[in-house]
Amino acid sequence: MNPATVQELIWAGVLVALAAFWPMMSNGYWLGIGVDVMMYTALATSWMLFSGPTHYISLASAAFFGVGGFVVGSGMSDYDASFWSMLALSAVIGGVLAALIGLATLRLSGVYFVIFTLGLAEMIRNLVSWVQNNFLGSRGLYVLTEFTDAHLYWMLLLTAGCVYLLGWIISRSRLGFALRIIGGDETVARHVGINTAMAKVILFTTTGVFGAIVGAIIAPRWSYIEPNQVFSPQLSFFVVIMALLGGSGRLWGPVVGVIPFLLIWNWVDSNFPNQSILVLGVAFLVIVYFLPHGFVGRIEQLRARARGR
Amino acid sequence: MLDILVSGLLLSGTYALVAMGLNLQYGVARIMNLANGEVLVLGALAAFWLYTTAQISPILTVILVIPVAFIGNWLIYRFLLTPLVRRSKSQGALEVDSILATFGMSFIFIGIMVSIEGGFFFYKYLSEPISILGSTTSLNRLVAFLLAVLIAAALYIWLHYSRPGVAVRAVSVSTEASGLVGINVPRVSALTFALGGTITAVGGALISTFITLDASIGVVFTLKALIIVIMGGVGEIRGAIVAAIILGLVETGVATLVDPGLTLAAAYFIFVIILLFRPQGLFGRRAV
Repeated sequence: MNPATVQELIWAGVLVALAAFWPMMSNGYWLGIGVDVMMYTALATSWMLFSGPTHYISLASAAFFGVGGFVVGSGMSDYDASFWSMLALSAVIGGVLAALIGLATLRLSGVYFVIFTLGLAEMIRNLVSWVQNNFLGSRGLYVLTEFTDAHLYWMLLLTAGCVYLLGWIISRSRLGFALRIIGGDETVARHVGINTAMAKVILFTTTGVFGAIVGAIIAPRWSYIEPNQVFSPQLSFFVVIMALLGGSGRLWGPVVGVIPFLLIWNWVDSNFPNQSILVLGVAFLVIVYFLPHGFVGRIEQLRARARGR
Repeated sequence: MLDILVSGLLLSGTYALVAMGLNLQYGVARIMNLANGEVLVLGALAAFWLYTTAQISPILTVILVIPVAFIGNWLIYRFLLTPLVRRSKSQGALEVDSILATFGMSFIFIGIMVSIEGGFFFYKYLSEPISILGSTTSLNRLVAFLLAVLIAAALYIWLHYSRPGVAVRAVSVSTEASGLVGINVPRVSALTFALGGTITAVGGALISTFITLDASIGVVFTLKALIIVIMGGVGEIRGAIVAAIILGLVETGVATLVDPGLTLAAAYFIFVIILLFRPQGLFGRRAV
């Protein structure tokens, strides 16, 4: 067992334990930020599970997230189901949806996959609205629970921890090794006998499961759910930016990207609401031109330079 | 039924034009331009803005848009995308970089457009009803269709029967081989990218005469253009035309028979079928 990776896992555990105290030290505005941070950390880390090793840019986060939120909303207000059963159901639906998308697109080159996920959230939103308007009648869905922001925060922290742990296990398994070869050169991977399509579909399915779980957990925060709100395409771009800003090489990279980006975004959005979309654009350009390996890559580069001296 | 056929065909004319623009950018300059839809909306905004503030006819705007869009797109390629082309080691790495960079550009375009006009680009131009083959439609759709066909035909002739056109097609087949036979590949790529962007912006100005757009609608058009390009086969102009007609007809059919809110779902349906059964496109050659 490689001591460096075990050390990393211990550090992650300590960090999670420390993060669990946040709701006790803060309230109101800062607790809300904490929930956002946890939500995007879970989403960006699960995005990284798949896109980190394969370099496939997935824009499907909003679709899975929306499915999770919508399933909880629909189940709780239309069928009087409990929150927990709907949480489990949304994970299953998210996973199945991801597997189907994966089977259709991941056998082909990465471009098809990006294009397919680009409009996915919007398309599912159209379908859901259509079904609701024509067959279900109601438009708004209510999610009424006893949960406070602190409960949501802890659930999301737990989810993010699970995603990290799963990623850690995968990266040490045969599957993780296979994915790294696929990311290096897919043709080589195929020639050494790796079932590339299967490996990618499995990983993408876990991304779908966690996306839906996060969407389901966050649903009680809104209490009133509308398709336009849960299927916001912007969320997918947020996840991509945060993950890449942190750095796509390391599993803990997203955490480093989520916090600064959210703080900047909130500041711009409250001071210059009309210009906030420009922040997204600039962030993408910064990643491509100045931080191709994210903050983590830059830190490691500096560390290597210091060591070289 | 006839209504669907006529309006579907008229719609497909502009779709084909826009897809041709994207096809040039991706097939020749090798840039997966996901800001394509925003360039289209910029063209539409120009038409809307000049018509509502200065009463300049959208047809005239089309001519005005051409040099501006050409120079703008050339500058983008020269200063933002060329560094990415140079540093990329493989086609895959260039694709990831260009996807991220053009996302950035698309959001910047949206930001700029929102600050010019935050609402719908609504104006009325040539909206008198006319009758074609017993089906009633509006004059602006017909005019946009005819102009799109004219521009597409001119492009086709230029690509097939002129010396620079042959160079463009050579680069689309192989960048290395065209370099070896003395074609200045970076220059041809830059000019083709600019040309593609210009065609897209012109298409946007034409579309704005009969569809009301807004600043954030670009991604839907990017997606449709991409679906057409993939359906037709990358680098295939005839394929793009056939694919645009199919998409135009299916969309119009779904919008009139089922629900106008499902046009994107219809486009996705076609997309999935293509991906499952003919990923190289209707006219594309299978990759070796």
